[in-house]
Amino acid sequence: MNEPVFHVGQRVRIADRTPPVHHRVPSYAKGQVGVIERVCGLHGEPEKFIRGDGKPPQRIYRVRIAQPELWTNYEGTDGDKLEIEIFEHWLEAAE
Amino acid sequence: MSEPWGPHDLGGQDGGPIDLAEHDTAYWEWQIDAMVRLALKKGLISDFAELRDGIEQLTPEDYARCTYYERWAKSLAYALVSRGVIDEKQLDEKIAAVKARQEAEGDA
Repeated sequence: MNEPVFHVGQRVRIADRTPPVHHRVPSYAKGQVGVIERVCGLHGEPEKFIRGDGKPPQRIYRVRIAQPELWTNYEGTDGDKLEIEIFEHWLEAAE
Repeated sequence: MSEPWGPHDLGGQDGGPIDLAEHDTAYWEWQIDAMVRLALKKGLISDFAELRDGIEQLTPEDYARCTYYERWAKSLAYALVSRGVIDEKQLDEKIAAVKARQEAEGDA
């Protein structure tokens, strides 16, 4: 399998798209920018399991997003983070 | 925040109070669980993603009305019929046979 495209600490943007099949990116995370917290394992592509075998497997990254950036009128503390695991084909490098 | 993808995509919405009451798992629910795992192991469905897809294709009304394992059952039936493992006639006949048996046993 290929080397990871993204590295720990890199800023990434989660794609804002809605394929009309099961996908594992919740609407609140679409279009958000976060930082790669760790590189996780590989798993079949969820969108391709629908009537298929899920191939090729895709790398998964844990992405850390600042909670105050994620929610309007967030009532927690400024340092709060949300960590969410996102497949590589949903990510692009961000400034 | 993007538009939710179906009635399951609830993150960030106000969900109201959480029901913390314990509840038992009915025998038929274990049976559905077992059938799903068997279908996965035998390769009749490819991954839980396929089952999730079927659940997410339910109408919002069905999604709201059905319990957790009722959604699983609907999705598994849909997957097995659409993949040609069983056909709708076989499914309908089996449902009718089970209903008849339950009525005969008086537990319908």
